[in-house]
Amino acid sequence: MMTLADFVALLPLVIVVVWTLIVLVLDLWIPADRKGVTAFLSALGLAAAMGVNLSQSGYVVSAFNGMAIADNYSRFLSTIFLLSGIAGIGIAYDYIKRMGIERGEYYLLIMLSVAGMMLMSYAYDLIIVFLALELLSLPLYILAGFARSRRTSEEASIKYFLLGTFAVTFVVYGISLVYGATSYTNLGDIINQVRAGGLYSDVMLLIGSGMLLLGFSFKAAIVPFHGWVPDVYQGSPSPVVGFMSIGAKAAGITALLRVFVIAFPTLSANLTPVLYGLAVITMILGNVVALSQRNIKRLLAYSSIANGGYLLMAFVPYGQSAVVNNSVGSMLFYLLAYALTNFAAWGVAISLEHGDGEGLQLEDYAGLGKKSPILALTMVVAMLSYTGIPLTIGFWGKFYLFRTAIQGGFIALAVIGLITSVASAYYYLRVIVYMYMHPGDPVVTGDFWLKLVAVVAALAVIGLSFIPGSVFNFAVQSIIH
Amino acid sequence: MNYYPLIIVTFFPAVGILIIALLKKEQKKAIRWVALVTSIITFGISLWILSLYDPNNPNIQLTVKILWLKASDIEVNFLMGLDGLNLLLLLLTTFISPLTILYTWSSIDERVKAFMLFFLFQEISMIGAFLALDLIFFFIFWEFSLIPMYFIIGIWGHERRIYATLKFILFTMTGSAFMLVAFLFIGLTAGTFSWIDLINNRALFGNYQLFLFIFMAIGFAVKVPMWPLHTWLPDAHVEAPAAGSVILAGIMLKLGTYGFLRFNLFLFPELSIKAAPYIGVLALIAILYGAAVSYAQNNFKKLVAFSSVSHLGFVMLGLFALNQQGIAGGILQMINHGLSTSALFLIVGMLYERRHSLEFAAYGGIWKTIPVLGAITLVVTLSSMGLPGLNGFVGEFTILLGAFHSTALRTYWIAGIAAVGVILAAIYLLVMFERAYLGPIKHEENRKLPDINIREVLVLVPILIFIFWIGLYPKTFFDLINPTVQNLVSIVQSTAVAMH
Repeated sequence: MMTLADFVALLPLVIVVVWTLIVLVLDLWIPADRKGVTAFLSALGLAAAMGVNLSQSGYVVSAFNGMAIADNYSRFLSTIFLLSGIAGIGIAYDYIKRMGIERGEYYLLIMLSVAGMMLMSYAYDLIIVFLALELLSLPLYILAGFARSRRTSEEASIKYFLLGTFAVTFVVYGISLVYGATSYTNLGDIINQVRAGGLYSDVMLLIGSGMLLLGFSFKAAIVPFHGWVPDVYQGSPSPVVGFMSIGAKAAGITALLRVFVIAFPTLSANLTPVLYGLAVITMILGNVVALSQRNIKRLLAYSSIANGGYLLMAFVPYGQSAVVNNSVGSMLFYLLAYALTNFAAWGVAISLEHGDGEGLQLEDYAGLGKKSPILALTMVVAMLSYTGIPLTIGFWGKFYLFRTAIQGGFIALAVIGLITSVASAYYYLRVIVYMYMHPGDPVVTGDFWLKLVAVVAALAVIGLSFIPGSVFNFAVQSIIH
Repeated sequence: MNYYPLIIVTFFPAVGILIIALLKKEQKKAIRWVALVTSIITFGISLWILSLYDPNNPNIQLTVKILWLKASDIEVNFLMGLDGLNLLLLLLTTFISPLTILYTWSSIDERVKAFMLFFLFQEISMIGAFLALDLIFFFIFWEFSLIPMYFIIGIWGHERRIYATLKFILFTMTGSAFMLVAFLFIGLTAGTFSWIDLINNRALFGNYQLFLFIFMAIGFAVKVPMWPLHTWLPDAHVEAPAAGSVILAGIMLKLGTYGFLRFNLFLFPELSIKAAPYIGVLALIAILYGAAVSYAQNNFKKLVAFSSVSHLGFVMLGLFALNQQGIAGGILQMINHGLSTSALFLIVGMLYERRHSLEFAAYGGIWKTIPVLGAITLVVTLSSMGLPGLNGFVGEFTILLGAFHSTALRTYWIAGIAAVGVILAAIYLLVMFERAYLGPIKHEENRKLPDINIREVLVLVPILIFIFWIGLYPKTFFDLINPTVQNLVSIVQSTAVAMH
């Protein structure tokens, strides 16, 4: 039975959903040349949800008969999702106008996708996980094809859709197997059933969890389920990619953490080698292939794959009860760091993009240091943060991830991670080389909002690096209940 | 003490950074003056710190400790301190920096603002790395110091600058990746990253010592650079602007040797004893190889760069002799190399400004046209090759003395062969001087080169003063080093006794 308390517990999500529906209707009366109003209203709704979200922090409450839970974990992630929603709107407003694809639906789809991601962070039942996965993915399929006269955009949309639905079928099948093995879909009940020894079949549970892992890995772009990433990133409108590369990845990680830490801790002996292997090949392949990329969108695509590997690295020791809190904390911290860095990088990338996919090659960045010092500096901060150089939040992000891996006893894994991150320095620094050490005259567009997002993100990247402890404590308190 | 001199000296250049950031690009003169005055005041502060320092106390002094980050199982403190190991390196850093800025007055004329900003950031990070006693903060300063240098080489460097700067940063970062793993492991095992606490908890690392020692050694060895990890160095030096080479060779390389001293020797004395013969052999190879390759160079800067490989081989040999003379000599030789090589690079830069070439073929016989600069060059060359009465001799002599009767090195052959390196140094350095300054004038344009000007005199003379001071009366400097070194040596000796 549903009560008002259930809705209050999930108030930020309710605000986003209801506001989306209201703006959807309002948008009909907003004239086509003033879609900025829709953008503003959407951002306002997300900001309001963020305010409520932050004000709720502290208590843990189960809602909708245990199907959902509101705790610090869901709040921390909701903050990231809402932030990326707001940033996704900020970096898109000028771009979609410039590219002649402005429609009010853009902002609404972003909001819907954010709602799906938030639902994922509240999910405490495999059915809700599935619903959230669909709710966050469907708008993204549409958004990927938003520049629909462009063939690459259509290709991206179809590719993402086909592979995405294929991956979701694995999740559904995994859920049904888990249900078959334990006769529950609620995460808490599943583990209770496992502990009580009431399993129909151990193997069935293991296969089910493996299928869930596969589905979530697809969303988080873990190798070998990453095949869609480069083409989708390159073809989709850049602001969509900026939003998706953090939102969708974080949602995949969200599901992975909650489901596996709560429901499948007993399977860790079987899953640890698998996770280890996935982390290693993801870090290596992502970084090595990125070395040869000259298109900034593809470069960031492979960088995003590689970062998924770093995240997964900290998840490898999730079965050790002494480490699991640090594991979750460091992954959440890194997601925040990655999100901020990503906004800065994509903000600059979008500022330089013009025409039909022009301005995306590294050569187009030559001379940016002189032409637009602020944008160039923003990009420098982003690249250094991706690399993990001190005085950026990215350094602390990697610091905590590696710390977790070492704490879990996976020293070789940490060494592989560090070596690949040195390799990554090559392609990140090459962007800086072009901006400062090659002469050129880049075309810089982009409006106030776009630059604001990028610069604020870059300032946060530096600013938060001076107080990593308090941010990390915030993340590490987001224990999964 | 409520005021923290070490924090002030580390972050004082930030004042200059703020002022320069507010100035316009076109106000080159003002920017240069702000940078110069800032770095001179920083040097003044380090002299004040010297006056606060008690040379008879071998332990960490003027400690700064601020809690920075506390998680469930570990804490990271902003921890700084001074002892005989880093005092002179601090002074060297703050001493060379203003001289280098003064030198760039004419050589850096493009993007002056950016250059000075990077330079001052560089100074902060190097001072910070020398003073930090918390592993994490040491790492932060260490790693951050790469970024300004990366830009300095990449923007103001010569033709192949981009290749060189990437090679430089990738080599060093690979090394520091291993170092970070070791640091994290140490911190997690001991529950603290504080060097002061760690040296009382050596027993904790039992079985993992070897892996920790090697991982840290890789990080430091790349920076030193020890043969065979030195290949980034000639490229970086040749392509860097002269001011960059000065900082790189004069100060940054010492971060590597200092790291060995501070972390490998202090934390793992037992393994240091075991590793000494191996590192001694590597150092020996570096000494001979660096000397031989220097001799073969036709390029001024490449010669000085390879001579650094050789000289730092001596430093490493001294440190891993693991006795009083060896270590004290090694520390003093770091300072000597900082002075002599900085001066050499500055002179090379001055010649380059006049002649726009680094090849020896473009020079020859110029002592006749620029006698004063020639005389100074001769003194610096002699100091670098270790002529008695100048600083290089004191350092190398003490190191060899230490290495000869070192029990850790196992054999006096290493020292014996290393002594040959001194002769080789004399050969390649004198050949360098001869090819540049002596003989007939081969190029007409060399007949009317302008001799040294007042500004350049002001750059070089302070270095010369110390070259003579250390050479004639090294006691002033040994007195600052010795108490801490005695402390370290007694730790090593008691470990050696326990091992038998």
